Amino acid sequence: MSEITREEVQHLAGLARIALTDDEVTSLTSELSKIVDAIAEVREVAGPDVPATSHPVPMANVMRDDEVGETLTREQVFAGAPSHDGERFRVSAILGEEQ
Amino acid sequence: MKDKLMDFDRALELFEPVLGFEVHVELGTRTKMFSAAPNPAHPDFHDVEPNTLVDPLSLGLPGSLPVVNALAVRHSIALGLALGCEIAESSRFARKNYFYPDVPKNYQISQYDEPIAFEGQVEIELADGRQVTIPIERAHMEEDAGKLTHVGGSTGRIQGAEYSLVDYNRAGVPLVEIVTKPIFGAEHDAPELAKAYVAAIRDIVLSLGISEARMERGNLRCDANVSLRPRGQERLGTRTETKNVNSMRSVERAVRYEIQRQAAILADGGTITQETRHWHEDTGTTSAGRVKSDADDYRYFPEPDLLPVQPSRELVEELRALLPEQPVARRRRLKGDWGFSDLEFQDVVNGDMLHVVEATVAAGAAPQAARKWWTGELARVANERGVDASTLVEPAHVAELQRLIDEGTLTDRLARQALEGVIAGEGSPSEVAAARGLQVVTDESALVAAVDEALAAQPDVLQKIRDGKVQAAGAVIGAVMKAMRGQADAARVREIVLERASS
Repeated sequence: MSEITREEVQHLAGLARIALTDDEVTSLTSELSKIVDAIAEVREVAGPDVPATSHPVPMANVMRDDEVGETLTREQVFAGAPSHDGERFRVSAILGEEQ
Repeated sequence: MKDKLMDFDRALELFEPVLGFEVHVELGTRTKMFSAAPNPAHPDFHDVEPNTLVDPLSLGLPGSLPVVNALAVRHSIALGLALGCEIAESSRFARKNYFYPDVPKNYQISQYDEPIAFEGQVEIELADGRQVTIPIERAHMEEDAGKLTHVGGSTGRIQGAEYSLVDYNRAGVPLVEIVTKPIFGAEHDAPELAKAYVAAIRDIVLSLGISEARMERGNLRCDANVSLRPRGQERLGTRTETKNVNSMRSVERAVRYEIQRQAAILADGGTITQETRHWHEDTGTTSAGRVKSDADDYRYFPEPDLLPVQPSRELVEELRALLPEQPVARRRRLKGDWGFSDLEFQDVVNGDMLHVVEATVAAGAAPQAARKWWTGELARVANERGVDASTLVEPAHVAELQRLIDEGTLTDRLARQALEGVIAGEGSPSEVAAARGLQVVTDESALVAAVDEALAAQPDVLQKIRDGKVQAAGAVIGAVMKAMRGQADAARVREIVLERASS
């Protein structure tokens, strides 16, 4: 059994900006534990001879040349913006610093 | 709040400073790291209007997908090699998750467990010629974030801001982040070493031609990690990471400041908080920023939208063969080529002017003339304004200025006036000279008339010259130069004075 705690679930929810009720924390704590256990099982099957993989297709080096393509017009840029000043997006002041 | 500082020498008696640097280099490719939008770090796209260099990916619009810029990868490998690094056989991207409006996707594409380059070292040289090896942990590829402007509150800082404005032109600019290992043994040289290291990175990047590397434009940014440990203690002290250090001299000052600040706290029995600190150029101080979160909080995971980058060994060797010389070797060569004395060369190095003098010489100026401009007049102005001299004018303009002197179009004094105009942004030296009417008077008849007038006004001087006291001519030359408002060639005036006096 894995040891996912309520505190860890609350911490993750905070990082992901998701508000959870106490009941949701309880159910997610148990669900996440099961998921982690399932992954642990896979790990047991995959021995050291099986390389870790992040992609199902064995491809690499898909790149493009350094050639300028199309950009959006200002109108398009701000089409979906909740708030802007015609030049820049306007967002509420957020406490904390840039990463 | 004003920080308590301990005397620097005293701090070094009690504590050993340990340094670390994260330097971000914006690559000057034409397009962004993961999309074909124009890159504002490329000279063709400087100073454009906000949010005009964006495409769906720069805005993190749903359905947009990243594709790696092949040239950015080449540049990153070249930089890795120049840093003496191993180049990974297989390298992959990772998502660094955080919520902040500068990344509209809510994650930055970076590299985590498989950086493109790792385990290197850079030789740097201090002003007195001592060499220091800086160990490099890794250099990885990532994308830059958008730029926020905080509105309301005081002086554009985030505290008290009412709202923020976001420009995504910079979002997606290709970056290489170079991370050092902890640097021990810098001792009293810690501040100078910090500056020398960043200068070395800047020189490497410039010689590779992969970035304009202008700190004032944010092409090159340095985060300086500083920690102190009491003499004799094995365990490392808690470190702070100072950000927003955007000039060479600030790097030096920020490291010195952090050593003095931390020493005062530790000596009083306090503890250092692991946090980012913000450097304030105006006050020369740092202030507390965000409390540093654990790496886990970014929930890095492999970027599912991108495939691994696996540079062929042929490509790596091709790029290795193209590497420019190392900074220390380059210095030796330049010193020989230019024929500077030890003192002259040290002046240039101390002023961090190697690259601008080199560029000025490349633009056609004689080495000694280039040196005099940069370590003389330009250093003086830079010092007055508290900026790096390289931000004042383009090397090509300095070369042009010298050419105007050599051609006899300007005197030294007129050239300094023209330089003033160039610094003020009035154009090239020729343009400033034309606009301000700066030109040596070459009209012989005007000069002769002025000389005759001055001699007539000072008959005693005229008599002295006729009696063979040639040094007396100085008074007449001075009067003529004044009448010509300095716009005459003093040597020619002297010849005319002697001719007219003896006729």
